[in-house]
Amino acid sequence: MIHAVWLIPALPLAGFLILLATGRRLGDPKAGYLATAMMVGSFIVAVGVFFDLMGMPGDERRFEQELFSWMSVGGLDVNVGFLVDPLSVTMALFVTGVGALIHLYSVGYMHGDERYPTFFVYLNLFAFAMLMLVLSNSFLLTFLGWEGVGACSYFLISFWFERPSAATAGKKAFVVNRIGDFGFMLAMFLIFATFGSLNYVPVLEEAGTLAKGTASAIALLLFVGAVGKSAQIPLYVWLPDAMEGPTPVSALIHAATMVTAGVFLMVRVNPILDVAPGVLTLIATIGALTAFFAATIACAQNDIKKVLAYSTVSQLGYMFLAVGSGAYIAAIFHMVTHAFFKALLFLGAGSVIHGMHDEQDMKRMGGLRKWMPITSGTFIVGWLAIAGVPPFSGFWSKDDILLGAWEKNRLLWLIGLVTALMTAYYMTRQVILVFYGGERWKAADRKTPSEAEAKPDHEPAAADGHGSGAHGDFKPHESPSTMALPLVVLAVLAAIGGILKSPLEHWLEPVLAHPHHFASSSSTKLGLILVTTVAALAGVGIAYLIWTGRRVKESAVEPQVLRRAWYVDELYQKVVEAPSRALANFSAFVVDAKVIDGTVNGVGALVRAGGSRLRTVQSGFVRNYALAVAVGAVAILAYAVARSA
Amino acid sequence: MDWVVFVVAGAAVLAGALGVILASHPVHAALMLVLTLFGIAVLFVAQQAHFLAAVQVIVYAGAIVVLFLFVIMLLGVDKSENVTTETLRGQRPIAYLAGLGVVAAIFLLARTTWVSGAQSVAGVADGPGSNVEKLASSLFTRYILAFEVTSVLLVIAVVGAVVLARHSPSGGVRDSEQA
Amino acid sequence: MSVPGAWYLGLAAMLFTIGGVGLLIRRNVLIMFMCVELMLNAVNLTFVTFARMLNDIGGQVVVFFVLVVAAAEVVVGLAIIVSIFRRRTEATADDISLLKG
Repeated sequence: MIHAVWLIPALPLAGFLILLATGRRLGDPKAGYLATAMMVGSFIVAVGVFFDLMGMPGDERRFEQELFSWMSVGGLDVNVGFLVDPLSVTMALFVTGVGALIHLYSVGYMHGDERYPTFFVYLNLFAFAMLMLVLSNSFLLTFLGWEGVGACSYFLISFWFERPSAATAGKKAFVVNRIGDFGFMLAMFLIFATFGSLNYVPVLEEAGTLAKGTASAIALLLFVGAVGKSAQIPLYVWLPDAMEGPTPVSALIHAATMVTAGVFLMVRVNPILDVAPGVLTLIATIGALTAFFAATIACAQNDIKKVLAYSTVSQLGYMFLAVGSGAYIAAIFHMVTHAFFKALLFLGAGSVIHGMHDEQDMKRMGGLRKWMPITSGTFIVGWLAIAGVPPFSGFWSKDDILLGAWEKNRLLWLIGLVTALMTAYYMTRQVILVFYGGERWKAADRKTPSEAEAKPDHEPAAADGHGSGAHGDFKPHESPSTMALPLVVLAVLAAIGGILKSPLEHWLEPVLAHPHHFASSSSTKLGLILVTTVAALAGVGIAYLIWTGRRVKESAVEPQVLRRAWYVDELYQKVVEAPSRALANFSAFVVDAKVIDGTVNGVGALVRAGGSRLRTVQSGFVRNYALAVAVGAVAILAYAVARSA
Repeated sequence: MDWVVFVVAGAAVLAGALGVILASHPVHAALMLVLTLFGIAVLFVAQQAHFLAAVQVIVYAGAIVVLFLFVIMLLGVDKSENVTTETLRGQRPIAYLAGLGVVAAIFLLARTTWVSGAQSVAGVADGPGSNVEKLASSLFTRYILAFEVTSVLLVIAVVGAVVLARHSPSGGVRDSEQA
Repeated sequence: MSVPGAWYLGLAAMLFTIGGVGLLIRRNVLIMFMCVELMLNAVNLTFVTFARMLNDIGGQVVVFFVLVVAAAEVVVGLAIIVSIFRRRTEATADDISLLKG
């Protein structure tokens, strides 16, 4: 089965091609089921590959398969090939697994959309690119997948492109990503210049011999790429805007898979990182700061998806904190549990939005627990997981990260701890606002569904035959089984995911250049666990106190600066966009129009002027021509005289 | 004696030439041309080229100038050109300069000798026998081909002149005529 | 005592120059033609002088041919002039300016 590893990306690719050709004919819902079937097939193959790999002895768990030569130029030989090792198989498993669940969810969620088949075309293409990214055996092929997921992200974010905000968000995501990609490209150039090859196996085996400067440069450049793809400071600004896309997209791409590509890359090149301790510290610092920063913003957001978006940025920060602390396996563990509970939360949010007829403002929800029992039940499981309440999965993974941070730098640990508190706080706030409390959607000034359609800043109303009720007649409803089933599966995984902790540690060890063990004593570990749990519970408690019952002035707990995300977008606009636009205007209207065109036109004008001057020589008078002959003759005679003299 | 002949004939030549280029009336110019041709003929005689002097007078002064006069009559005998003004800018000054340049160049070149190759001798100019005989013997033996070709040229010229100068019967307007 | 050939040559040069300048200055086509004849005569004088100086009858033979060809040229040239200027009131060289660019 391990030889069939090529099937894992090939099936979604086939799905993409088939749907591209026949999607419109298959229609709703067959196109969706086909795409889902491809993902399920991919998952089954991944499971098979996993068991085959497990059957191999511990130290030799690596299998490389080369399909064909992609390019052979100069000294560069790149093949299309796959590297099967514990890390890539882990990634492939949860990408295909969670991906399949989200595909199934989308069948119900996107029902009624005009471009239903196109959605699944993009989803399968995304899955192909992501799987190429994780399974490839060279930097270049990973970069292919890297760019592919970036492109699919653009397609999917701006899926409802008739909305200008969606189109803009897609562009923003692509452009900001590109900045990171540039770093990745420079890193590849440097790697090739240093090692003469772009394949993982030769490069990573020799990484230990790198000079510290070169290693730091490569690591830093790859980290720039990761910052762009995984939405860290300063390139995170595209992720909140990416919520313009349909909720399954947010779940799949911007929670579970694409944004984890950066973390994956860092863990993949851990031999290089180990030789560049300065860069590791930088990674940890940026991770911690991003986690903290994003958490503060999430505390003041009213849109149900925006809270989860900033939460994703924050949790990714935790993963980078783990990488920077050297706890690579903890980062991967958190990535896996995060995929479970964040996908769950997003899909749950989608279910809420769907059931509330495209209402996304949490301040207009409330008390949905009795109207949407499955959604609220699974969402609560996800909440407990992300808040870090034992024994749910998030508790175990976050704890490992904080342990690594404690061993790296106490300040970073403290930041991580405070962030954990805030995470618990804002998630509890979200749960209370959405599922508990008064049913604020019954208020008199609630928009009717028809008004919601007219004002296109929510997801367009799916014409799913619900019959948008007349004003006052509105009732939220639970989602269909295609949407509910993935929620349940993910909830189970989020609940029991913690048991993966020690198997994963053992399983992923061969991937690391230097095995990492936590150096603290078990009493320290226990103490840290207690402190973390107390912080989480404190966050839950504070949120409970503020948001249930007691009247608290909202502007006090949700200051404007947080609601506007520290005005970072405005800052970028002033600092980056405005000068660029001025430069562009200058280049277009002054340099291009006046200088360059002026030069070209000037040459033309010069030639014309010269021509019209020369034209007077052709007077048409024979006598002038005779004069010219005479003058020429005199010149020749003069030359003869000069010669004879 | 020779000098006197030379000076008088030379003066006649130059006077006639200046008359040609300065006369406003074409008939006057033609008459001045005749003066020049006669002067040249005299100079030919002085240089022992008797035959050529005769031919010069008969052909040039006799036939060609008459032809000129015929055409002047044909195209309007009373038209005289305005010699004082010059329509084309810069034509006169540059023409004078060119003329001066040519004269100066010729006189300067005359100081040096350019000898290229051996001297060919078609026949002696001095010696016994009349000029005509010597000229004829060279012409009809050494240059007989050129002689025959030249006669063909004359035929062509005559035919060409007839064709060019006739009134074309109705229809065909000549391209060379400008509307 | 005969006149040295150089004087004849000088005379011929001046005659040639006068003819050339006249050709450039005059507008009447016929007078321009006459100036061409002046130039041809100057050349003839030069050849005859050299025939005497170099004691070669070839110079006079050349003059013979120049004479003949000049005559033919005048014939054809005047025929052309007649055909061009036949219907015109003014007959100057400046009227033919179709080559103006």
